[in-house]
Amino acid sequence: MRTILYLLQKEFIQVFRNKAMLPIIFLMPVIQMLILVYAATMEMKSVNITVVDLDLSETTTRLTAKFEASTFFHVTRAQLSPAETDKILLKGSTDVVVTFPQGFERDLKRKDEASVQILVDAINGSAAELSNAYLQTVIGSYNQKIRAEMMGVPKFNPPQQIAAIPAYWYNPELNFKFYMAPGILVILVTVIGLFLSSLNLVREKEMGTIEQLNVTPIKKYHFIIGKMIPFLIIALLDLTFGLLVAKVVFALPFRGNILTLYVFTSVYLFLVMSIGLFVSAISDTQQQVLFVSFFFLIVFIIMSGLFTPVESMPVWAQKLDIINPLYYLIRIIRNVVLKGSGLLDMTRELISMSVYGLIMFSLAVWRYRKTV
Amino acid sequence: MAQNTKLTDSNHCQLSIVNCQLRAPIIEVKNLVKKFGRFVADDHLTFDVYPGEIFGFLGANGAGKTTAIRMICGLLEPTSGELKVAGFDGYHEREKIKRNIGYMSQKFSLYEDLTVYENIRLYAGIYGISRKVRLEKTDELLKKLNLEDSRDKLVGGLPLGWKQKLAFSLAVFHSPKVVFLDEPSGGVDPLTRRTFWDLIYEVAHQGITIFVTTHYMDEAEYCDRVAIMSEGKIVALDTPAALKSEFQADSMDGVFLKIARNKE
Repeated sequence: MRTILYLLQKEFIQVFRNKAMLPIIFLMPVIQMLILVYAATMEMKSVNITVVDLDLSETTTRLTAKFEASTFFHVTRAQLSPAETDKILLKGSTDVVVTFPQGFERDLKRKDEASVQILVDAINGSAAELSNAYLQTVIGSYNQKIRAEMMGVPKFNPPQQIAAIPAYWYNPELNFKFYMAPGILVILVTVIGLFLSSLNLVREKEMGTIEQLNVTPIKKYHFIIGKMIPFLIIALLDLTFGLLVAKVVFALPFRGNILTLYVFTSVYLFLVMSIGLFVSAISDTQQQVLFVSFFFLIVFIIMSGLFTPVESMPVWAQKLDIINPLYYLIRIIRNVVLKGSGLLDMTRELISMSVYGLIMFSLAVWRYRKTV
Repeated sequence: MAQNTKLTDSNHCQLSIVNCQLRAPIIEVKNLVKKFGRFVADDHLTFDVYPGEIFGFLGANGAGKTTAIRMICGLLEPTSGELKVAGFDGYHEREKIKRNIGYMSQKFSLYEDLTVYENIRLYAGIYGISRKVRLEKTDELLKKLNLEDSRDKLVGGLPLGWKQKLAFSLAVFHSPKVVFLDEPSGGVDPLTRRTFWDLIYEVAHQGITIFVTTHYMDEAEYCDRVAIMSEGKIVALDTPAALKSEFQADSMDGVFLKIARNKE
């Protein structure tokens, strides 16, 4: 055991003596939180809507006013011919064109039913879907009887009628930052934990210093644990920083127990670092470690449910997420932070991560060779 | 012994070589082979090293010296053959061997971003040396190396000669039975090399067996016994004096050249 303490002492001295390290450890979390949480948003904001009102009736004026009242839309009124409508959509100067046909009010009163045309630039599919749904909600809430007639401009995005008025629990204002911030925190601790530990090990191979350790009677698991704990502590420190930024800057509500979050994150880091150290145990250079880690990291991030819901993926891809560490922690951290879930609510995830972590740790220790 | 006039301390074991050999060997190597794919780096090496000896491995670059020393230290898995160090098997008891040996690699491999003392503390810690003993030995060591002022300096900033002395001193800090030196004094001037060998003799006097590889002929003269390697094989093994009389040369340089010519 004492050996580990000497190794930890050495690692900490080396980390904090490296001048490039301090900014990485202390500035990265702040910058990442500030930029990414704002940038990685799918919140509907300032969608450009052009309202072509050919009816100019009381109903259409009031509906247009309703669009204008929404913070999501930036409304321009214009009298355009269908050809001109096409043009501005093509140019991209507007995202949505809503056209009230002549006789809209009259039809509504006489036939109890009227049509409105909504043309959506659906190049960004999910944004188009959201604007679409939102407009329909606005129109629907105004008058259930107005039938919205949808046309996605590239027609791969079929219109959907949304009738249900959802009640949004846990994040009632649908604040996207509350949703993103915990996810970005996961990316943060992952990058710090994974790269710092795995690059550190393989760097000893490159420098040749590992040879001097390999002729000592040092135990393999002592060595691996010695490479893990310092960066686990640094990553948890970064988690704390990130949480503070989220609290102060985004007023992120924190419903769960903070200790629960640290327990989950520690188990997660144990898993992620074991994977990283396994990769560096089988690699000879930092370049190899970077390439392999990067490949997996990108796949893991995109499949994690950080940006897009896991439920939208094909079933086989959802099944693959069983080996995706980020999938577990992003779910956990959102539940703990936003819902207040405790250890008992997420035992399945906790057990999965622990077992997976132990397997990867054993593999890392096994593959780390004291002989060349 | 005529050649040794300049070396006051040389061949300290020479007179007692018979005594040395009466004891059980500390390193036993029999038909040791290391292959890398189809390339045979070490071809059936057989030799014994006795406690207290300074045993030299002499050969040109690529002769297989480093491969041999790394196998004996447990850094490389042998392909075949028998290997015993300090009574432990070189295949199954590698970790036990490692408790009893010290090693100084060809490439400087202490931590350059740690200070002199931090390096000492780390390795002393790994070998389980107590704090009290560590502090005592550290003072003693720094005094001997004239490094007292550099105790808290980063190792990376020391001149090469000092780095090598420090690496050697750390390799024997835990008083191993054998210390392995792989081309320990490469790249330094002859004077520094000489003072380096003074350190080696001092350690040898404490009873630590020295196993050293080199391609410097003057270093070969400092050894009690020398094995000359060529293309993965041991082509000669004896005391420097015996080798010189056998090959009718007046220096190890001459011995080496004659052996090289015989091969052609």
